[in-house]
Amino acid sequence: MQESDIQFLENSFKKYYFDHFDLIKVPERTSEREFGYQKFNSGMTRHIAIKDDKELHLMLIQNIPSDVYCSNAYYTFPNLPMNEKDWKEADLIFDIDAKDLNLPCRESHSVSICNECNEVSKNLSQCSKCNSTKLEKKSLPCKNCIDASKIEVSKLSQVLIDDLAATKENIQVYFSGNEGFHVYVYNSQFQEIGSRERSELTDYISLRGAIPETFGMRKLKQNRADFPGFDEKGWRGRFSKHVFGSKSKRSKIITELLANGYSSFQKTLDDVSENIGVKIDPNVTMDIHRIFRLPGSINSKSGLTKIQCSDLSKFDPYVEASYLSDDTVEVIANSPIQFSLKNKKFGPYINEKATVPTFAAVYMICKKLARMA
Amino acid sequence: MLALGQDEIAKYPFLADAGQYLKDQGFSLEQFGSDPDLKQLIDKAYERIRVAADGKIYKSDLDGDHVSKEAALPREVFSFLLAIVLLKLSGMHTLIKRFALAEARRAEKFLEKDLANISDESKNQIAIRVIDDLFSVQVEKLDDYFVIPVSNYLKHSINFHEREWKLINRHVENGKVYLSPHETVRLIRKELGTYINSKIVNARTPTMIPGFEDSVNKLVSLSKKFVTYTVTTGEYPPCVKHAIEILEKGENLPHSGRFMLATFLLSKGQTVQQIAPLFKNAPDYNERVTLYQLNHLAGTSGAGTQYSCPSCEKLKTQNLCFATSECDNIINPLQFGRKKK
Repeated sequence: MQESDIQFLENSFKKYYFDHFDLIKVPERTSEREFGYQKFNSGMTRHIAIKDDKELHLMLIQNIPSDVYCSNAYYTFPNLPMNEKDWKEADLIFDIDAKDLNLPCRESHSVSICNECNEVSKNLSQCSKCNSTKLEKKSLPCKNCIDASKIEVSKLSQVLIDDLAATKENIQVYFSGNEGFHVYVYNSQFQEIGSRERSELTDYISLRGAIPETFGMRKLKQNRADFPGFDEKGWRGRFSKHVFGSKSKRSKIITELLANGYSSFQKTLDDVSENIGVKIDPNVTMDIHRIFRLPGSINSKSGLTKIQCSDLSKFDPYVEASYLSDDTVEVIANSPIQFSLKNKKFGPYINEKATVPTFAAVYMICKKLARMA
Repeated sequence: MLALGQDEIAKYPFLADAGQYLKDQGFSLEQFGSDPDLKQLIDKAYERIRVAADGKIYKSDLDGDHVSKEAALPREVFSFLLAIVLLKLSGMHTLIKRFALAEARRAEKFLEKDLANISDESKNQIAIRVIDDLFSVQVEKLDDYFVIPVSNYLKHSINFHEREWKLINRHVENGKVYLSPHETVRLIRKELGTYINSKIVNARTPTMIPGFEDSVNKLVSLSKKFVTYTVTTGEYPPCVKHAIEILEKGENLPHSGRFMLATFLLSKGQTVQQIAPLFKNAPDYNERVTLYQLNHLAGTSGAGTQYSCPSCEKLKTQNLCFATSECDNIINPLQFGRKKK
């Protein structure tokens, strides 16, 4: 990124931080959290302790970070090196990212940037100019991706509430600032569990590692009564609704499953897992020392803000999470795919001068699809 | 500490304070070495260890819930306490481990019976309290099941490698896991073994007592049976091979995959300088960052923590496991190709 681009992004971010202190609040039990930030073109600064909103705002204005993070963990000494912090507990966190959902729409709204020659193109397998395969992929706004991610968030909430006894009031959903959602669970029975336990929990939530016996299929001594009933709780119930469809079809489908045999059932189970398992990033949930993007801060992958979604079904991130100014600027844009932000369409641009609002300029520069003219 | 009745001490002798118990019964260790009647108990204690070393459970004089003979009860406790004395005198750690595990499995049987005992509520309660006091697992009875909070369950189940213990293969409802008495007790077997093991390890080693020598010597030669040698083929496990292939093709290996590859090779004795070139083809390769991260994993920079290679279970969760039949139920990639001789 060139110096003038960084200057422009910093100015835009600074204005946001100034104008929107109301959106950027420290989380509860602030002094037990670790904070961190990154500046443009620079490494991570972490192990920071912050007392209150005021101190946080001062840190933002003094440093104008590209990204700001805060731990989901609580420590006695958040500012000491990791093994001296004295870990106490951590909120449960989940990351649902559209890029992990294997959606067929991905190709239609992704572009590649060649690491060797910087060529931008729609060809995602190799550079159309120099044939290099070292490509960086960037995804542009897509409603389908957001809708699919929302479905995963709903599935996750259901499992958390029904199976794991989290309460609705203790679950908070945030738009990640790029193309996914972050889900926090507070005050659950899982506050104090470690990384390996959290990893098991992610396997449960994603319906991973299930054996046929769990859903009633045995190698020997098969018994129709072992298959889940339609009204059962937990994954057996969800399996039943998905595989049988209706109560009346249950018996017929069980006959089919038994006829197909044990190893075929394992395949059925893999399909079911792909369809009804919740697609969360396991690495995020099992990391108990992570610093996670701070709500209210800007995501430098897009210039959009990580904000809470109070009504998930109506939420449109490409309208509601864009807080940067409408003032126009001139950029040289290179975005082979058209995209829409704040209900305005932009592009496609083929290495051309364009006058666009700040929020769109920031978006493209963050995605490496534009530079200041 | 729990207030235990006589037959509870016989069933769960590790809960008793050994020295106190002997004193209360009016005995000293020396008497066991010299009194011909009591000396039989040393043989009994030796037998208790020998059976455990063979991986079997010591056949108790306790018949079900009832003590067959009134006198059998203290004998049962004495043979346990004397076994510990013999083990301490022999100093054989392999035997202590085997003994602790076998004793855990013996106690497990009693716990299970007590849990499932529907006719005697007090037995039920004692088992539930032992499990809560010793292992912080809060067991609640619900119809035919024992239900425990998911978080309690996970703390213990992560030590199991069999798939049926994965949370996904359990009946989970409203934050609780539903278990049978057998499963409830099985869940804490390892910790029970660890508990008994640490009690033995932390017990004071007495000086040799006349009359104990023969049995101690027999234990020392018994333990020689269990020395094993291992050899490795030196071949890489499929997960590591896969990671190397991805990098060679210039494709992106996720951070977790790079972590596994680096920690694996570091554990196998390779140096940071030997490993670094593997990452040259990565789409986002940066020599400075690679060296920084490798040094961090090796513990030569940062806080000095040496990171270890993730378990197979963790790699499965991260989609990095490509197990073949050659993996042969190992639980960490580092064990791949290791054969006992």
